[in-house]
Amino acid sequence: MLHRFQKQKGQQTQTCPSCAQTQHEREFPDQTLTQVGKGCRCRIRRHRAHGAIRQRLLDLGFVPNAEVEMVRCATLGDPLELRVGDYYVTLRKREADLIDVRCA
Amino acid sequence: MSSTKKNIMIGLAGQQNAGKSTIFNMLTGANQHIANYPGVTVDKKGGHYRDETGRVEVVDLPGTYSLTSFSLEERVARDFLLRERPDAVLNVIDASSLRRGLYFTFQVLEMSFPVVMALNMVDVAEAQGRKIDHKKLAGLLGIDVVPTVGRKGRGKHELRQALRRAARVQRDEEAPFQDQHGLRINYEELEADIAAIHERLQESEDLVKSVPLRWMAVKLLEDDSEAKKLLLRYHAQAESVLDAVAAAAAMFQKKMDISPADYIVTCRDRLAASLVAQCVEVTKADTVRFSEKIDRVLLHRAFAPIFLVLTVYLIYELSIVQGYKLTFLTWPALAWVRTVVAGVLPDPGLLQDTMLRSMSLWMVDSVNTLLNYVPIFLILFALIAILEDSGYMARIAFILDRVFQSFGLHGQSTLPFILGGVFTGGCAVPGIMATKGIPDERSRLATILTVPYMNCLAKIPLYTLLVTIYFAAYKSYLMLFISTITIIMAMIIAKLLTSTILRTRETAPFVMEMPNYHLPTLTGVLRRAIDRTWVYIKKVGTIVVAVAIVVYVLLQFPGLPDERMAYFEGRMDEAITAFRENIQDTPYADLLADDQAVLNLLNTANTYREAKLSASTQEASTAVDDRYEALHPEIFPLLRPRDADARTISRHLRALSTERSNLRTTIREETIVYSYFGTVGRALEPVTQYAGFDWKINVALISSFAARESSVATLGVLFQEGADESLSLEERMERSGEATGFTPLHAFALILFFALYPPCLATTIMVKVQTGSYKWMLFSIIFPTLFGLAVASGVFTVSTWLGLSGIQAMVGFYLLALGTAIALSFLPDPAWKTPAPAITPAKEV
Repeated sequence: MLHRFQKQKGQQTQTCPSCAQTQHEREFPDQTLTQVGKGCRCRIRRHRAHGAIRQRLLDLGFVPNAEVEMVRCATLGDPLELRVGDYYVTLRKREADLIDVRCA
Repeated sequence: MSSTKKNIMIGLAGQQNAGKSTIFNMLTGANQHIANYPGVTVDKKGGHYRDETGRVEVVDLPGTYSLTSFSLEERVARDFLLRERPDAVLNVIDASSLRRGLYFTFQVLEMSFPVVMALNMVDVAEAQGRKIDHKKLAGLLGIDVVPTVGRKGRGKHELRQALRRAARVQRDEEAPFQDQHGLRINYEELEADIAAIHERLQESEDLVKSVPLRWMAVKLLEDDSEAKKLLLRYHAQAESVLDAVAAAAAMFQKKMDISPADYIVTCRDRLAASLVAQCVEVTKADTVRFSEKIDRVLLHRAFAPIFLVLTVYLIYELSIVQGYKLTFLTWPALAWVRTVVAGVLPDPGLLQDTMLRSMSLWMVDSVNTLLNYVPIFLILFALIAILEDSGYMARIAFILDRVFQSFGLHGQSTLPFILGGVFTGGCAVPGIMATKGIPDERSRLATILTVPYMNCLAKIPLYTLLVTIYFAAYKSYLMLFISTITIIMAMIIAKLLTSTILRTRETAPFVMEMPNYHLPTLTGVLRRAIDRTWVYIKKVGTIVVAVAIVVYVLLQFPGLPDERMAYFEGRMDEAITAFRENIQDTPYADLLADDQAVLNLLNTANTYREAKLSASTQEASTAVDDRYEALHPEIFPLLRPRDADARTISRHLRALSTERSNLRTTIREETIVYSYFGTVGRALEPVTQYAGFDWKINVALISSFAARESSVATLGVLFQEGADESLSLEERMERSGEATGFTPLHAFALILFFALYPPCLATTIMVKVQTGSYKWMLFSIIFPTLFGLAVASGVFTVSTWLGLSGIQAMVGFYLLALGTAIALSFLPDPAWKTPAPAITPAKEV
C-alpha cells in the first residue's frame, strides 16, 4: 500500500499531465511544492515556514492563492526555479517543502 | 524650516534588480561617494545633483524586497527612513514586475513619505507585451509616476521635477507623520483592530513625533520585532499596548483562521493585483520571456555546468593571467615612485642605512606591493560587474548552491573561491571583497574565513621549492594534491565553523529572484569597477601603512649583535682596501682617498646606472649624461669611462659594488634571524617540533606573514651554509637536510601547514574591512595557525610513529580529508532544525 503510494508520487513529480487529472486531485488534494512536476502549475494554499523565511516567501509573491509554475531544477536537483506571476524565483527544496499547494 | 527648502534629501528605495543603481547613476552622474551605515558593513552610497532650486542629496538605500525587520538590509533601509526622514522617497520599480513592485511601494506609502515612483525599464516591459498606463497608476496611487529607462537616461528631467514637487510638501522635523496620499490600503477585516491600536498609540506624544502611527499599528499586528522595540522605547505603557495587540491578533486568528501578518500581506497583494489589472494592458498573449529562452540553454540540466566552467575559466584567464601580464607595464611606474622617494631621502650608508631611509622605503615597498595588484583588480571588478549586471551571477548561485549548501555555505560563495585561487592561484583580497553580495550572514562569514585557504599566487614558490627537492618523482601528484586539498580543507573548515561558532549567526533562505538578462552598460561597469578598486586602494592603503610600521620594527629590531656587525664591516673594509690597491696607479687615486668619496662614488654610480636603464630613448639617455656631468663634474669620467685608467676603476668599482650589495643583503636577512620575529621562531621550536619544523622554518613562516613571497627568500638566508660555493638553494637545503634529518615527511608537513597558513597582512586587513570587526581579523590569524599546526603535527607525529614516507603520508591524509569532507556534507545543518535567534520568535502556524 505504502509502496504503491510512493510509486504514484514518483510518477507525479516526473510528468505533468497527472496534475491535470481531476481524479488525481481528489485523491491528493494537498501537496507540497516539491512534489509538483516540471512545467506544472499549482496554487499556494498555506505556508508552514516561520519568521524570516516566511516573510521572504510572502514578499516574493508566494501569497495564498497565487499561481506558481515549476520551471526547472538545478543540475544537482536542488534549488528549484519557479514562476510566480510574471517573475522567476529560486527556492531550495527545504523551503519549498514548507509550502502546501493544490494543483491547478 | 520653510516650505520651499532649497537643499533637499532624497532616499532612493526599491527592490533588488529593479535598476536602482542605474537610476542613481542617471540622477547624480559622477558626484558619488560610498560610506558605511553606522555599525554595519552595508554600503551607504550617496550622491548629489543641482536643479534650478538648489542642491539635491540622494542616498541609495540597500535593495530589499520589503521593509520588514527580518534582514540586515531591510533594517538598515527602514532605520534610515525613520531617523533621517528624507524629504521625499524615490521608489524605483521594475515595470515588468509591477505587481511585486507595488507591494514594496505600499509599505513606503504606509510610512507616510512623499513618494515619487520611477517606473523603470518600461521598454523591457513593452517588449514583453505589457503597456502600463502610468497616468492612471499615478491617479490611483496619489503620487507622481515617471516612466524611465535608466540605462538610456530616459526620464531624468521628469524625475528631477517630480522629486522637487514631492519634496515641497514639507514636514517639520518635530511634527507628527501625516498621510500625504490619496491611497490608503484597506485591510478590511483588520481595520477595526488597527483603529483600536492606533488610538492606544496616540497616548504617547514621543511616539507620535517619531513614527507614523498607522504604519506602527500595522507593524505591531504583523508581530514585527523592531516595531516592538520602538514601542518599548517611546511608549510609557508599552507592555499593556503589546498585550492588547497580542489579544487582538489571537482573536483575529481564531475568527479568520489566518494570522494577521498573512492577512495583511494578502490584502496588499490583492490591491496590487487590482491596480495591475486596471493599469496594465497586455498587448501580447502569454509569451515566454526572452530570458527564459536563454535559460533553457544556459541552465539546461546537463549543459549548465559546462557553461559555468567556461565562464569561470574566462574570468580567471582574463583577470589573473592577463592582468598579471599588465602588471609588467605598471610596475615600472611604481618603481619610478620608489626611485624618486629614494632620491629625496638621505643617501644610503656603506652597509647600513639610516632609520628614516630604510623605514620610508619599507613603507613605499609595502604600498607598492598592494598597488601592483590594481590592474588585476580593475579587470576583475569589471568582469564581476558584467556578471552581476547581466544577471548570470544569480544563475551561477543557482547551479552551485546544492554543493555549497552541504557545507553551510551559499551558492554565491562560488565567486570568492574562484578569485581566491581554487585552481592554480589567485588572491584572497579580491576574493574576500567579492563576499559582499552574499545575503546569508553566516555563509558570508564562513566564506570570508575560508577563502584565504585557496592557493594564493605567492604560495606557489615555496611549494615549487619543496616539491622539487623532496618529491621530484611525484611532482604532478603533489601539485594535484595541493590544488585540491585546499578546497577540501576549506569545505571542512566551513562546515566546522558554521556548525560551531557561527551557528548562531543569521542565515537567509536561498530565496532569490532570477533577474532578466540585461545588456550591461559600459559606464555602469566601469564605474563599479573603478569604485571598488578605489575602495580597495583607500582602505587597504591606509591600514597597510600603519601595520607595516609594526612589522618593520618586529623584523628589524633589536638588530645584529656587535660581533656580527664588526665581521661584516671587516669584510667591507677589506673590499675597499682591495679596491684602493687596484686603483692606486691611476690618476684618480687621490680623488678617492677618503671613504666618504668612495661611498659617494658608489651611490652616484648606482643612481646613474638606474637612470640610464630607465631612459628609453637616445635623447633621454644623453640628457641623463648631461645632468650627471653637470652635477658631478669630478667623478663623471669614472661613471662613463673614456680612457684606460677610468675603465680600470670602473671595473673594480663594479666588483666593489657587487660585494657591497651582497653584504647588505646578508645583513638585511640576518637581521631578521636576530629580530623579535626570529626570537619568537626559536621560542616556538618546542611546540613546532611535533610538526617537524625547526626554528629556521619558524622564522621563514613568521616573516612570510607580512608577504608570502618572502618565505622563500628567508629560507635562502637561513640555509646559507654553502652560499659561498654558489650552490642553488635547492642543493643547499638538500645538503643541510641530510645533516639535520629533514626528510620528505618534514617537507610534507610544511606544505600542509603552508596550505592552511593564516592569510597575509593585506588579506587580514580585508577581513577586517568586510566583517567590520577586529575580532574576526584576529580569529582569521589565530585559528588557521592553530589548526594548521595541529594538522601538521598530527600528520607528522602519526606518520613518524607509523614509519610512513612523505608520499605515503600524503595519500593517507588526502583520503582521510576527502572522507571527512564527504561525511561532513551529510551532517545536517544546525540552522535547519533550530531557527536562529535573529529570526523572530516563531509564530504559530
